[in-house]
Amino acid sequence: MAKELVKGNEAIARAAIKAGCQCYFGYPITPQSEIGEYMGANLPKLGRVFITAESELASINMVIGAGTTGTKAMTSSSSCGIALMQEAFSAMCCAEVPGVIVSVMRGGPGLGNIAPAQGDYFQALKGGGNGDYKLIVLSPSNVQEAIDLTYRAFHLALKYRNPVMLLADGILGQMMEPAEFGEYPYKDPDVNEWALSGANNRPARNIVSLHMPEGEMEQRTNMLFEKYAAVAKNETTFEEYMLKDAKLVLTAFGTVGRVAKAVVNRAREAGMKVGLFRPITLFPFPDKNLHEVAKNADMILDLELNMGQMLLDVRSAVFGACPVEFYGRPAGGLLTPDMIFEKVQELYKKLDDKTKAGVI
Amino acid sequence: METLVYKRPESLLKDGHFTFCPGCGHGVVLRMIAELIDEFNLQKDTIAISSVGCSIFLEKFFNLDVAGASHGRSTCVATGIKRCKPDKFVFTYQGDGDAATIGFNETIHTACRGEHITTVMINNTNFGMTGGQASATTLVGQVTTTTPMGRKAELTGYPLHAAEIVAKCDGTAYSARVAITDTKNIRKAKEALKKAFEIQMKGQGFAFVEVLAACPTNWHMKPAEAIEYMENVTETVHPVGVFKDITKETI
Ligand SMILES: Cc1ncc(C[n+]2csc(CCOP(=O)(O)OP(=O)(O)O)c2C)c(N)n1
Ligand code: SF4
Ligand SMILES: [Mg+2]
Repeated sequence: MAKELVKGNEAIARAAIKAGCQCYFGYPITPQSEIGEYMGANLPKLGRVFITAESELASINMVIGAGTTGTKAMTSSSSCGIALMQEAFSAMCCAEVPGVIVSVMRGGPGLGNIAPAQGDYFQALKGGGNGDYKLIVLSPSNVQEAIDLTYRAFHLALKYRNPVMLLADGILGQMMEPAEFGEYPYKDPDVNEWALSGANNRPARNIVSLHMPEGEMEQRTNMLFEKYAAVAKNETTFEEYMLKDAKLVLTAFGTVGRVAKAVVNRAREAGMKVGLFRPITLFPFPDKNLHEVAKNADMILDLELNMGQMLLDVRSAVFGACPVEFYGRPAGGLLTPDMIFEKVQELYKKLDDKTKAGVI
Repeated sequence: METLVYKRPESLLKDGHFTFCPGCGHGVVLRMIAELIDEFNLQKDTIAISSVGCSIFLEKFFNLDVAGASHGRSTCVATGIKRCKPDKFVFTYQGDGDAATIGFNETIHTACRGEHITTVMINNTNFGMTGGQASATTLVGQVTTTTPMGRKAELTGYPLHAAEIVAKCDGTAYSARVAITDTKNIRKAKEALKKAFEIQMKGQGFAFVEVLAACPTNWHMKPAEAIEYMENVTETVHPVGVFKDITKETI
């Protein structure tokens, strides 16, 4: 199939439909309303389900209902809307209910603004839901990747019976780029072993998140964490760019990753050994891989459109193997290639000076 | 010759025992639901949605597939299930705290959308599970742990009349309030539940049954006193009746 020009939000909606998403439940919020609009215009034509729910609480709980029957379902929202879904995320992880959530971040805290930002990394990864749980979180940096990761989100949700979040920012949602859809590339597991369908010639089943008997919840949590370990082993994905001889390694996720990549090219042209490490799965975070990179680097510069959120995961992955610097702007402040390049030059000079002084 | 006077419904688990307090209304209603599911031969097609309240452990009572919902969201979960499995029989079992307080927005919207599901709301006019605090349906003057001097309208307003409000929604096909005070009224309650089941089976719209039930423990009454209180006090505020039945309406 040929490439076509497509906007990020629409690409996500179209990929979801191609992935076999049978139901969309959502509540409008900028900067992702186009996803719901596309679904509203197209799902009913295909005989599939579209509901504008009464709130984000309702939409995610409708996703839960669909998920308990093993049906592919999704919701999409942004920042404060995603905040309302946190209780449900925790319940889904506990009860092992699949579902896909698209989070297109805007500026926060509060109602914030509708500018692109990455301030909801913590919300997605260290979420406000209760207890020990993990969403699988995928981070696209361009429209093509948004399509590929939407496919993957639906697959992983069923494969691991866990909610999967596609974490995008407003830039990606609004950006138009050439991309191709191809075909949904995964073979999904059979859901009939666990899905609710009525106790027909089999014992009754339940999918619940309350486990009161002594020890039951501890056991269940341990089981869930074994699953998360398997997710980490099998699914960790990241992009490495020009890392072999890199003295200064940039880390960034989402659209900042592609700006950083452009800066790496510019730095290389200017004779600086700069590379990029971009996590694509935020959970599972590629911590071991980043640690190996850090061992061979002189410094890491973490770049984010927030006050330093992924930074915590970067630091814990690096674990002292090299110094970690941070450069970010919150709530709609953008990092331009020029700004990042300037920062790179400044840090690189420091590294050079240290090398000359024999410190490194 | 032996006559069978008691038969345990197939839709109840053989080794499942109700764990409610003596005189509690939950067990009576759950049993009626199980009987109806048997009568309609729906067991193999039913998905029940539990809610957060004293009845939360539906899967420990029913021999049915059960999906658990967070507090107040059962009708959303039911909507998700029914929309992707329209051939299944889907019902929610909720308390007044769940369906009329934290989840009333969801109840109303489910009704307005005319979802083809059945909602049974046990109204014992308090949060039973958490120890008897006031809920939206608590009567003015009713003593609860959060209204120890009795609910005062000037402080906490007036009780919410769920069945009447649900009846106002265009998507509602049936809305009734029943009270399980004696055998006659229990039979009437079962009729209402039966109607609410049939409405769903015929795809006529949202069906809602509010059941006035006793919570002797939190009302600090003996079971018999609790029944009397329901008849003499609760029903004067939350009257029994059928507030909407589209199968009876004439054009
Ligand atoms: C989000 C949330 N808030 C509060 C609670 C605590 N809680 C558990 S049960 C309950 C009240 C249930 O009352 P009702 O629905 O009337 O059921 P009953 O126990 O009276 O049958 C509350 C407030 C909870 N589980 N979840
Ligand atoms: S506390 Fe009330 S509602 Fe709960 S089981 Fe006891 S009597 Fe029933
Ligand atoms: Mg109650």
